[in-house]
Amino acid sequence: MMNTRILHIATNTFREAVRDRVLYNLIAFALLMSAAAVLVGQISIQIERLVVINLGLTAVSLFGIVIAIFIGIGLVSKEIDKRTLYTVLSRPVRRWEFIAGKFFGLSGTLVVNTFFMAIGVFAALAYVSHHFERSDVGILVALYFIILQFVIITALALFFSSFSTPIFSAIFAFWLFVIGSFAQDLRNFAAMAHGTTGLLATGAAYLIPNFSALNVISQVAHGEPVPHRLILLNTAYVLVYSAAVLSGAVLIFERRNLK
Amino acid sequence: MPAIEIVDLEKIYAAGFWRKRSKRALQPLNLAIAEGEIFGFLGPNGAGKTTTLKILMGLVFPTAGTARILGMKLDDPRMKAQIGFLPEQPYFYDHLTARELLRYYGQLSGMDPKQLSRKVDTALEQVKLSGSANVQLRKFSKGMLQRAGIAQAILHDPKVVFLDEPMSGLDPMGRREVRTLIEELKGQGKTVFFSTHILSDAEALCDRVAIIHQGELRGIGAVAELTASVHGKVEIVWQGGAVPAGIRSMGAECHSAGDTMRVILPEENQDTALEALRREHLRLISVVPVRTSLEDYFVAQLGTSAKSEAVSPGT
Repeated sequence: MMNTRILHIATNTFREAVRDRVLYNLIAFALLMSAAAVLVGQISIQIERLVVINLGLTAVSLFGIVIAIFIGIGLVSKEIDKRTLYTVLSRPVRRWEFIAGKFFGLSGTLVVNTFFMAIGVFAALAYVSHHFERSDVGILVALYFIILQFVIITALALFFSSFSTPIFSAIFAFWLFVIGSFAQDLRNFAAMAHGTTGLLATGAAYLIPNFSALNVISQVAHGEPVPHRLILLNTAYVLVYSAAVLSGAVLIFERRNLK
Repeated sequence: MPAIEIVDLEKIYAAGFWRKRSKRALQPLNLAIAEGEIFGFLGPNGAGKTTTLKILMGLVFPTAGTARILGMKLDDPRMKAQIGFLPEQPYFYDHLTARELLRYYGQLSGMDPKQLSRKVDTALEQVKLSGSANVQLRKFSKGMLQRAGIAQAILHDPKVVFLDEPMSGLDPMGRREVRTLIEELKGQGKTVFFSTHILSDAEALCDRVAIIHQGELRGIGAVAELTASVHGKVEIVWQGGAVPAGIRSMGAECHSAGDTMRVILPEENQDTALEALRREHLRLISVVPVRTSLEDYFVAQLGTSAKSEAVSPGT
């Protein structure tokens, strides 16, 4: 059972995001999907499904990443700046519980957000193709992988937020997302490189988050199945990676003077 | 066992871009505050009051020394469940209503969910916020936020309450209500540790006060003891046109109203001044000791430079 203090902090984080109108992005998403469905229905022949799935899932991913970064970077620093943290940590709340609560709160917000966006993607798909295919189950897997991306980004944003300013945290998190999206290329380069360059490239390749392994949008759009083994490996990878990043955030935050 | 025990507590911050310079925020501090005591922690802005409170709350880590509250270490969650804290100029989650805020803090304090609603209502009533219980805090004035802050500090019936500048942002009525509230807390046997730079509040409320300046403890004791240690002044009033030269040379403050003269001078010069009046055959009207205030003691400890920072009520 989840520690109740973590649960209360997570619930408050979720409530703050909802009341600060973060879910309003869903309106923009709904408009985008509606426009896409209408346009695609008019201009593409035979590839409507491919375009809608590609566009829809990419939009889900981008909308979520932006929210994860921009809320995540303020999760700790905003509480310190506004001193709301003082009245929380003067209670029987340990610092690691605060970090964990914030992490689960934002992750929960992103899951709910993704759920509503997923409905939008399926609605657009139904509009353009009038039926669902067996291979559309793959869309659910792609959405699951997108949520796994959000989990890593949230952990990273929280990590940077535990010691850096919001602007630097946003820059670090965004660039890690961009570089991580090319993680496979970096690994291929590391495999070919020799000497110090090879060592450095290998180190960097395994240190940065592997977002490319979590992107199966194109595969799913073409109706190709996602191997079960990949689902299992990606889940394990994200759990381990996020736990390591959050541990780093806790280690830094535990020692920080809240001036 | 003291409710709060501070032993050689010291804080040095690293400063500068390379963090090679150091800034001493708190010199080794020793304090023992008994259970049920109202203790005032006084000092001008930047004296080290908030640093001390932050260390006690576990927000800042001391460079050296130790402190215990209710006999427990500062990171002990059992101790934290028994203390309340109002930070200076509090700011709360403004997406919450006052009732939601208190429920949240009650949950974090591990309060019994069955009693939480009743205790929230009681706390809101105590700080006169019942009428705004369902208003989001983003619509609260500074004074209302201060009241909400006090409510969250006493909500869970803590044994020790720490208040950092509790009168800040309150109007005269609000200040009076907070004073009454602090007296009520004492009546309930709670220990109250509050920092302030408003000396009249401390004088009216505290069993004991400590004065801190530039991170160093300058004095500690009951208000009456401390003020007695300051060399007093007397006011002498007489009838007659002039101030004798002997009195003028004492550096006395002289005031005249028609034929009546009034001077205020150090107590040790009283006999000499009276002798001068007798010599001049002037008619003595009164000799009255001027009451020494905590402000006099404060200024004596800190020097006149601090006087401008120690403000009077209403400023």
